[in-house]
This record gives sequence, structure tokens and C-alpha cells, in this order.
Amino acid sequence: MPGNKFLATADVAAWLGELSKTMRVFAPRNEGQAVVYREFDAAKGLELRRKPTESAKHALFPRSEELLSFSYLRPAFGAPEKEGETPSDVSQVQVKMPVEPMPTVVFGMLGCDAGSVTTFDPIYDGSKFKDVYYLKKRQATVFIVRACAEVLSTCFCNWVGGDPANTKNADVLATELSDGWLLQPVTERGEKALTSPLLKDAPAASEGQATAIHDNARKSLGDAPNLEGIDAALFSLFADNDFWQRQSAGCLACGTCTYLCPTCHCFSITDETSARNGVRLRSWDTCMASLYTLEASGHNPRSLKAARLRNRVGHKFAYFLRNNDGQISCCGCGRCIKSCPSSVDIRQIVKDALVQAASIAPPPPPQPVAPAAASPKPAAPVKGKGRTKEKANG
Amino acid sequence: MADIAKIPVYSPDMANPYMPYVATLKEVIRETHNIMTFRVVLDDAEAMKNFRHEPGQVGQLSVYGVGEATFVINSPPTRREFIQFSVMRAGEVTSALHKLKVGDKVGVRAPLGNHFDYNAMKGKNILFVGGGIGMAPLRTLLLYMFDNRDDYGKISLLYGARSPEDMAFSYEIEEWRKTKNTDVVLTIDREAEGWKERVGLIPNVLLEMNPSPKDTVAITCGPPIMIKFTLQALDKLKFQPEQIFTTLERRMKCGIGICGRCNIGDKYVCVDGPVFSYAELRGMVDEL
Repeated sequence: MPGNKFLATADVAAWLGELSKTMRVFAPRNEGQAVVYREFDAAKGLELRRKPTESAKHALFPRSEELLSFSYLRPAFGAPEKEGETPSDVSQVQVKMPVEPMPTVVFGMLGCDAGSVTTFDPIYDGSKFKDVYYLKKRQATVFIVRACAEVLSTCFCNWVGGDPANTKNADVLATELSDGWLLQPVTERGEKALTSPLLKDAPAASEGQATAIHDNARKSLGDAPNLEGIDAALFSLFADNDFWQRQSAGCLACGTCTYLCPTCHCFSITDETSARNGVRLRSWDTCMASLYTLEASGHNPRSLKAARLRNRVGHKFAYFLRNNDGQISCCGCGRCIKSCPSSVDIRQIVKDALVQAASIAPPPPPQPVAPAAASPKPAAPVKGKGRTKEKANG
Repeated sequence: MADIAKIPVYSPDMANPYMPYVATLKEVIRETHNIMTFRVVLDDAEAMKNFRHEPGQVGQLSVYGVGEATFVINSPPTRREFIQFSVMRAGEVTSALHKLKVGDKVGVRAPLGNHFDYNAMKGKNILFVGGGIGMAPLRTLLLYMFDNRDDYGKISLLYGARSPEDMAFSYEIEEWRKTKNTDVVLTIDREAEGWKERVGLIPNVLLEMNPSPKDTVAITCGPPIMIKFTLQALDKLKFQPEQIFTTLERRMKCGIGICGRCNIGDKYVCVDGPVFSYAELRGMVDEL
């Protein structure tokens, strides 16, 4: 393919160094036991074999970011007062928006991580509200996706429409060959990012070599179960407390799964202030914590960890689908499984849910090909919305 | 429901839905020992002039440096000299709000959420059942209907509070009573000296009132436990789920369907609500 480039292994760091002069470059490197995406620093090296412990979502959705800053011209609420001023005298406030994001490259993002952007976009780029902080970063970020040559036992991207050489949302697909990287532009933006003299035109045979690597990785993923109907199954199991108690028995509610998850997008908003100046921050939050839904009155709709795990799995495999044309909000990266301190396995929950739902609500009998009036009434309908008893509010 | 496209979308700065309008407290009313009413005016005169909301819609009130919380706008769209919020002191933001004084600045992101379908209620009798601070969202629709009085049939209000001192809006109830074809029933939980109105829990008083469900829409709001038993009472009175509306509360942060915490299954209270019919609630997962 014209446009395909080749980057020699020895030149990777030099190229990233070159990009860093004009852009923010995130690349994976070792930090202790973990592999994390950090701003590229030649002295700290790269890690392009081991799979990153964390996802690269913080390139678009930082762990904590400033939404706005404010400064009081008089003492801020609760701030120490100067002589002649009173704490309630907060009659002036100036509010400012933060600065524009830097153009960014994420190098070596995994295909599953790029796939997860498909679940962020409809939320942050909604029909009614546009999250400007996300969108500006999204528009300013180039994704160079690294195809997986090997898969881990926790990988299941093929269950949820992913692929080891996923190009969805990617600008460039990078595949490691024996002596360097084949860089295949996917978008115009990707093509424009591949202009360095360090990049040579790729040899004709390299594309075939890359395809063989992709195919091999695909094969090693094994067969994916059919997840059709998983949303209806989870809705029908909503009130099955035994099922959720069982699934969540080992959960520590530590939130590791949510922080490492590329599709978890929830956040909190908090104000921090000192003297007359302050910021409003948006920070990653975790639905596995009971404080997440605790109301000021003391009421908590998800006070039990079973309810919180149900919400997490439900969100990814049922609720999100209803609002987004059947799109599953899981990219199959398996990080939640790999890093869970108590071995909660979302794959097993999903499989168990399908089995359990089938056991309590057999599918309606096949409809005879006859006029509707002659059709027998279907058996008890699947409790598709998961409501088994009437309860209003409380 | 009113044409969805015409529901005003919050947009002080089209580019940023997290950026509040800066507003000034014009009037502060102490309603009860723990409820205060704040009347605010947006500092941007043009924005204030163009501010439009629907009964039932909410807003995020900020105390810069403390945080934001969600409250219903309880002034009706027919009275636009200020935007009113009634706030019960419960957590950090509400405690900070209660310490503010006239002239202080707050942030306002509003209007947010859906609203009562007052068009579909035209020509019907209206039964309001409010408990405590739950009277706030009802007040918006009540006053809107008073300002369009001929569009609606008989209006009945059952408003309950723990004690006479816990009754918000007490200074305007006489005026509500004087509005034509309007019945106001007040109740408190336990006998109190000098109290001449009803005594008893809201659902019980509602059963005693025995309102007919014919051509009637019931709208209820209050603490979760009160709503639960009020719905049971309405059910006994043969109100159908489609005739009953309520507004829900949930811990919220963004108010625009992104931050994730106010979901009930696949619905977000901040954008799909806060107003739901009982029929809609019965179709949702049971996680209130």
C-alpha cells in the first residue's frame, strides 16, 4: 500500500523524540512492576512487548483535570479574612476556563484501547451536550495503535467486536516485524503524522508479514461465545439477589477494575480552594465505592456491593446497549480480570448470566407461520426490564 | 409531552455545559429551620432576559470553592423576574448555601432535565401531593397552572410536613387557597398547639380525601418513603400508573448525562428525568 512506512527498531526512540518537540507523546514504559502510558522520555525507555497495565484513556480523560478556575476578589467562602472583611463578603467572583489542550500522539496504544473510544464518543459528544474538554483532546490526539502479536489468557476482544489488529478509531496501525515496525496509516491524520525522514517506504513484503502476525493473534484468541441477548438476560436477572451475591462475594470494592477499564467513563466534580483562588476539578470516580451514590440525606440506592457489581456489569452489557444501538461498553482488554485482587472475572459473570437467565425464563415457543389472530399467546414473557415487584420510590 | 425540540437546553456558553452563569442572590427567605429559598438573577442581563425553563426542570447551584448540587427551579416560567431555588440543608453545598447572604455570588447551570407535561394535563383535574421539601417542584407547576388557571379543572393540593414549623411557603398558602376552584389541604404528622388543619400522615389523609381518579392527574413528590406509600394510596383510589407523576432525586454531578452516577438501569435521572410517570417507573429497574 502506498503510504505504508517502515521504522527500524533502532529508530523508534529517535522518532518519538522528534515528535515530542512539537507534540505531547504518550508511550508505554515500565514503572516498577507496571507498564504505564507516560509522556515519552528517552532516558526512561519504552515497553512495547508487555501489555500495558493501564489503558491510555487518560490521554483524553485525565485522572483529574481542571474544568474551571475561580478567584474571589474578596475572601473566598471559608477563607481567612483580612482586616475589615467578613467571610460572607464574597460578592465578587471571576470564573475562567482552562487552556487549550496540546496536540498529542499516543504511541503503542492497544487495539482494544482504541476500540474503547467508540464507547466514549457517544457519551461525551452527545446530541444535546458536548463535553468540550474531551472533544478538544479527541480532536487533537493521534492514535498509533500497536497490533497484538500475542494475546493473554485474559484477552477477549473478539467477544465484543474487537480485533488484535483493530483499526477502529486508529490513525495508524503499527505492527512489529523482525527488525522494525510497519506503520500503516488508517486516516489522513495518521498519514500526516508519518512524515519524518526516519520513516522509510515500507518494503512490499511487509504488509503480508503483518497480516500473518494479525491472523496468528486472532487464532490464538479462540472462539467467542454468542453474546446476543445478554442485555435482556441481565435485565431479567436484575432482581436475582442470589445471583449477584454469588458473583460479588469476593469483591473488595477497591475499584481497580474501574480505574484500569478503558471504557469506564464516570467522574466526580469537586471544588478545591485556598485563600481566594480555587479550581473545579473533574476526577475519575468508581461506581464500586458505596460513596458514589450516597445522597446527602443518607439514602443510598446502591449501598450493597452486589448492587454495585450488578450496575457495573449491567452498564457495560445491558444499559449502554439500550442507549447506543446495541453497542457493548466493554472492549475485552481483560485488565479488570488480570488486576482484580479477588479474581472477579467479568467473562464468567456474563456467561453465567446467559445460563441463569435461560434457566429462569425459557424462550417463548416458536411462532407458527399463521395469521396473528391464530397465534397462541406466548409463554410468560421474559421479564425484559427486570422488574419483578412493584415498587415506586423508596 | 411538549415538543422535545422546544425544551430549552442549558447553554450559557454553547461551547461549555460545565461553565455556570454567575448569578447574584437577590433575596433569601428562611422557610423553616432547615429550608431556605434563594432568589437569584443572572449577572449577564442578556442571559437573564433569554432564560427560559419549564416546570419540573432543575438547575445546578454552585458555591464556588465548595461545589455544586442539583435543585429544582421552583419559580414558574410565567414569573421571570428571578430564578428561585428552595434548599434543604443536608450536605456540604447546602450548608454553604445556607450561609450566603443577599448580594453574594453563586453559579447557576440551568435549566437541566425534563419537565412536567402541562400541555397533556390541560382540561384535567389536578391532584398535587407534596411532602416536606417535595413541595418545591410541585410549587413550580402549581403556580404555572394558577397563571393559566382556565386551562385546568379543579386543583387540589395535599401538602404535609412534620410540624407547622416545617411547612415551607406558609406565607403564600392563603393566596393559593383564594385561587378559584382550588382546594388546599394541609397536614402535620402529630398534633401541635394552635394547628387548625389536618393531622395525620399524607397517605392516610389522601385516602380520607378520597379524590376521584376520573379525568385527574396526580403529581407527587416528597421523601422516598412518603412517595412509596402515596403511590399505594393512589393505587387504592384506582388511579392508573399513567395518571401519576413524580420527580426523582439522585446524587448528581454533571447534570448532563455524562458523569454516570444518577442512573437507574439505562435511564439517567438528570436527562431522562427528573419527572417520570409511575408507568415509566414500573418499566425501569427497581433500584430507587
